[in-house]
Amino acid sequence: MKYEDFNDNETLELFKQTGGNLFFTTVDAIVNWGRSNSVWPLTFATACCGIEMMAAGASRHDFARFGIEVYRASPRQADVIVVAGTIVNKMAPVLKRLYDQMPEPKYVIAMGACAISGGPFYYNSYHVIKGVENVIPVDVYIPGCPPRPEALLYGVMQLQRKIQTETMRNPRKQPDVFADTDNK
Amino acid sequence: MTFNIYDFTSFNQWIDKTLYDNLPSFWALIIEMTLIGVAFLLFYAVIGLFLVYAERKVCAFIQNRVGPNRVGPYGIFQTIADFIKLLMKEIIPINNADKFLFNLAPFIVIIASFMAIAAIPFGKGLHAIDFNIGIFYVMAVSSLGVVGILLAGWSSNNKYSLIGAMRSGAQIVSYELSVGLSMVTMVILAGSMQLSEIVEAQRNGWFIFTGHIPAFIAFVIFLIASTAETNRGPFDLAEAESELTAGFHTEYSGIKFAFFFLAEYMNMFIVASIAATIFWGGWMPLHIGGWVGFNHAMDFIPPFFWYMGKTLIVIFLMMWFKWTFPRLRIDQLLKLEWKYLLPINLFNIILMALVVLMGWHF
Repeated sequence: MKYEDFNDNETLELFKQTGGNLFFTTVDAIVNWGRSNSVWPLTFATACCGIEMMAAGASRHDFARFGIEVYRASPRQADVIVVAGTIVNKMAPVLKRLYDQMPEPKYVIAMGACAISGGPFYYNSYHVIKGVENVIPVDVYIPGCPPRPEALLYGVMQLQRKIQTETMRNPRKQPDVFADTDNK
Repeated sequence: MTFNIYDFTSFNQWIDKTLYDNLPSFWALIIEMTLIGVAFLLFYAVIGLFLVYAERKVCAFIQNRVGPNRVGPYGIFQTIADFIKLLMKEIIPINNADKFLFNLAPFIVIIASFMAIAAIPFGKGLHAIDFNIGIFYVMAVSSLGVVGILLAGWSSNNKYSLIGAMRSGAQIVSYELSVGLSMVTMVILAGSMQLSEIVEAQRNGWFIFTGHIPAFIAFVIFLIASTAETNRGPFDLAEAESELTAGFHTEYSGIKFAFFFLAEYMNMFIVASIAATIFWGGWMPLHIGGWVGFNHAMDFIPPFFWYMGKTLIVIFLMMWFKWTFPRLRIDQLLKLEWKYLLPINLFNIILMALVVLMGWHF
């Protein structure tokens, strides 16, 4: 996809860090190229979003094209955890532990309404985590209930763009993207 | 000096002579060993990266997908991206693990495959070392890798790793027998254990054609048993993802995991090249006895390409049935070896001895 075709380009600009000498920018470019083109997800799915994630890996949508088909069952070898589905209170410590077991650099995609905000369980429920960002830091949110495989592909491509803005001088800089909104 | 792509003997002798004439013999030896080591290191890296890419593409085509195609033309730089990522990834130190053995294990696995590759003839005069017991050496060295796997499983202090490693141990102890006996069958036909002589003996026809029925049976047994020995599907019980997370390398991250990953593919390459050497004639072109013009035409293709072509076809066969068959249970795996392959193999050796004794082979 072309740069103009993506949404949220102004948010991406906030992540970009300018400056640095030739050596660092070259090494950054090579490392970011490697990291963004080889995002191995953890085999982790808790609800119907997981079925959509499997569909995204199967022949019609085939996200192996982007180099992310290598599902690793062990968190030690995974790069991204796609939180696909409802996270209940009992699952939250497990999710946190899985995230802690992953080696840096690690990324999180919150897929679907449940992972973003609790979704249909937001009202009148005592057992669902209202947004997975209460447990682990999230890089990309994919709305939908469940999102279509195309939406997951788009989210993964946004994550790849986000990885490409990284620099080894300040690896996990998180700009305040909600600075000028009421949505804090 | 004459550099000839069909016969590397004179080229190697020229390098050897030049070094020994100009340097003390100690330094000449050191330089020769370094040259061979660097050559194998490069070869190892290129073949390893290529095979991972090939596996992902073959898997994709078998599952009616496209496979990696975003990085470079047809995605050929995909594994390089993977490698850079794994290189830059954090290596997690495990609490309560046996630190020394934990760090040692990937190196043992990779060294075992390195040692095996030294004895393989890539072309005429193109092998690092030509033992008179070449086949025996390759068998002995390639089964050293299981020591690394067992150490990895034990030192990780993780139940999945240990179960995976123990399964791998049981599997290799069983299937090593079939691999060895099917090789012995071909040694009876060739009359030598030296790999260069085995290739030379196939000048007038590859063993799979000249060896009658027992050679074909031995090839099928070798293919099954060697797939099991390299821990590949449908025999990948050691890293069965649905039961054991990732088996013996569950706790390994970053570059150490990449070593296991690379060693698995190199073991597959070694096994395939042994199959190509003892059954399909190694670097020997396709010759049919009596067809002078045809044989002459075949000789124009350099031996290295014959060797690589045959090896890649055997590798494709192994990938094909990895992505086609479901995984076996551990009891089915052991039953297949001890109740079927081993008796067939023992009978096959007698049959081959009879064929050689009566002169029934071509």
